[in-house]
Amino acid sequence: MSTPLTLLDKLWAAHEIVTRQDGVSLLWVDRHLVHEGSHHAFAKLAARSAHVAAPELTFAVVDHYAPTRNRAHIADPQIARMIDTLRANAATHGLRLFDLGDPAQGIVHVIGPEQGLTLPGLLINCGDSHTSTHGAFGALAFGIGATEVAHVLATQTIWQKKPPAMRITVDGALGAGVSAKDIALNWIAKLGTDGARGHALEYTGSAIRGLSMEGRMTLCNLSIEGGARFGMIAPDETTLAYVEGRPHAPRGRDWDAALTAWSDLTTDDDAEFVRDVHFDASDISPTVTWGTSPEQALPVTAMVPDPGQLTDDKADAARAALDYMGLVAGRPLAGTQVDQVFIGSCTNGRIEDLRAAAAVLAGRQAKVPGIVSPGSALIKAQAEAEGLDKVFTDAGLDWVASGCSMCVGMNGDLVAEGKRCASSTNRNFRGRQGRGARTHLMSPAMVAAAAVAGALTDVRPLLQGRPA
Amino acid sequence: MGGWTQHNGQAIALPLANVDTDQLIPARFMSVPRADGYGNFLLHDLRRDAQGTLRSDLPLNAHSGASVLVAGRNFGSGSSREAAVYALVDAGFHAVIAPSFGDIFASNAVNNGLLPARIEDAACEALLAQLGAGMLPVTVDLHASTIAINGTILTFALEESWRIKLINGWDDIDLTQQYTPDISRYKDNRSQTASWAWPAAAD
Ligand code: SF4
Repeated sequence: MSTPLTLLDKLWAAHEIVTRQDGVSLLWVDRHLVHEGSHHAFAKLAARSAHVAAPELTFAVVDHYAPTRNRAHIADPQIARMIDTLRANAATHGLRLFDLGDPAQGIVHVIGPEQGLTLPGLLINCGDSHTSTHGAFGALAFGIGATEVAHVLATQTIWQKKPPAMRITVDGALGAGVSAKDIALNWIAKLGTDGARGHALEYTGSAIRGLSMEGRMTLCNLSIEGGARFGMIAPDETTLAYVEGRPHAPRGRDWDAALTAWSDLTTDDDAEFVRDVHFDASDISPTVTWGTSPEQALPVTAMVPDPGQLTDDKADAARAALDYMGLVAGRPLAGTQVDQVFIGSCTNGRIEDLRAAAAVLAGRQAKVPGIVSPGSALIKAQAEAEGLDKVFTDAGLDWVASGCSMCVGMNGDLVAEGKRCASSTNRNFRGRQGRGARTHLMSPAMVAAAAVAGALTDVRPLLQGRPA
Repeated sequence: MGGWTQHNGQAIALPLANVDTDQLIPARFMSVPRADGYGNFLLHDLRRDAQGTLRSDLPLNAHSGASVLVAGRNFGSGSSREAAVYALVDAGFHAVIAPSFGDIFASNAVNNGLLPARIEDAACEALLAQLGAGMLPVTVDLHASTIAINGTILTFALEESWRIKLINGWDDIDLTQQYTPDISRYKDNRSQTASWAWPAAAD
């Protein structure tokens, strides 16, 4: 009998061109996604007068610096220059560009799947750490730096050492008001931001199977926050139903051939993982971060931790984090007043996220200002067709165009110094949303609840009597 | 980029865990062309108070000429921004020593001649304590995998392929070119056996 293989083993073998003596492999890249931040890589390419090896596999998108209001007039010359540089590079190399006015524009990790560019069985690279998102389809997807982006542009390949495989199994049913975001924050809190460092992470179990593609993408997206190189979920009926009929998805005979190829993309029984971790979905509550690292997260019903009761290695970091966040140990997390909210990003800016937030906000008023930025222009149109935009604006929130926006603040959507933001994004690092900004990460439904309460609060009571 | 085998320099401590790349270089500086230099952006917001004045209590500010940084676990986690490495390199750093690194940061570092040297937790704690707020002469040897500082010799861990790259200052694109026939063969085969893997033309 042949050795049982993991999903990682199968994906890896399918992309390996050569393996050097030192164990590093040259892998074929099926899709390469670039954005404004790829300017360093294009400059490297220009410096050696090289061209893009496979323009038909390379897609460019304006997202990191995309203005979310008044796109016709970009006031900041630096931002205008970043976008123009991408336009020029895309034109020089003949790349399909999802520009600001494109009906399919959006955040790179949202539009890849939406356009059917992301498929099971592919290797996908992008100069952005949250490229792990695409692993939700059973793809090998990982973020790379500028030198590597230049390498992929020039050769359509990447050198990588195969990481060890790790598995997280989540069984059982998630409670009401608990989502993929909570699964992710929960495991990162338990295992640490380096809990999966250097590993290829596969998620499995009944709770994972039960997630929609949107939920799976949220989970795989956040894998990098736990240090994982890749986050992956084997494709199943849910995956196929999402992919079929997308603009760039295979059709006809190619679709049939793809189905055959994809049916093998599962981990064999008895395949070995270097690390196997189990969680029970029913143990997971709506979770919020209290500190400046995604691992500093707790159920919203918990108290702000006391550094004195943490282990030495965590205590100093906790003290510094509480100081930065302006929180007092021992007080309940719920009730912590927020100044503003943000719903969006490649983590939680998809249609299902907007629906979950709107379900909480419908007929209610936000006590604090906030921005809702859909992950793509198509999601924006869909949400408007469903009337979700009205729910947000009636509640007093701003409904804006799609882009990375307040996830990273490069387009000028910033949280002011010392202000506290309930955010559906992925990083609560110091200064991530603006210098001195205090970020609490949580699910879109929890952000909506924070908007209604003007404070961190448990979303579950707000969902009672409302359709799920 | 030139390769190197031994570095004689000065080490300082940054006794923080989880120094992410957003801290190493805040996003607002990332639109600057590389030729302008990134050294001044290194840990910009950590090094300065709200008025922009350099904080005097940080070793990084108190000493000039440091070229080896000793830090806590999970250094360089977060965003894939290679600019974090540019900031370190342009500020004169040749090596960062820590118990662990963010994966993408570490490979970015090697691509720019910056050594991400992993040492044991306890050894790192001891080293941070020895350095305190001061600066000490250090010798880093890539061949021997050693760090000599203050009379102690520590061994660091590094991927073998990365050691070779750092020593030779190799550029991957040049290296890959020798595999062009293999790449073509692979591509032909994939396009025939898995044509579904190419994007369908949008309607
Ligand atoms: S939304 Fe945030 S995390 Fe996602 S690609 Fe944009 S900046 Fe990166």
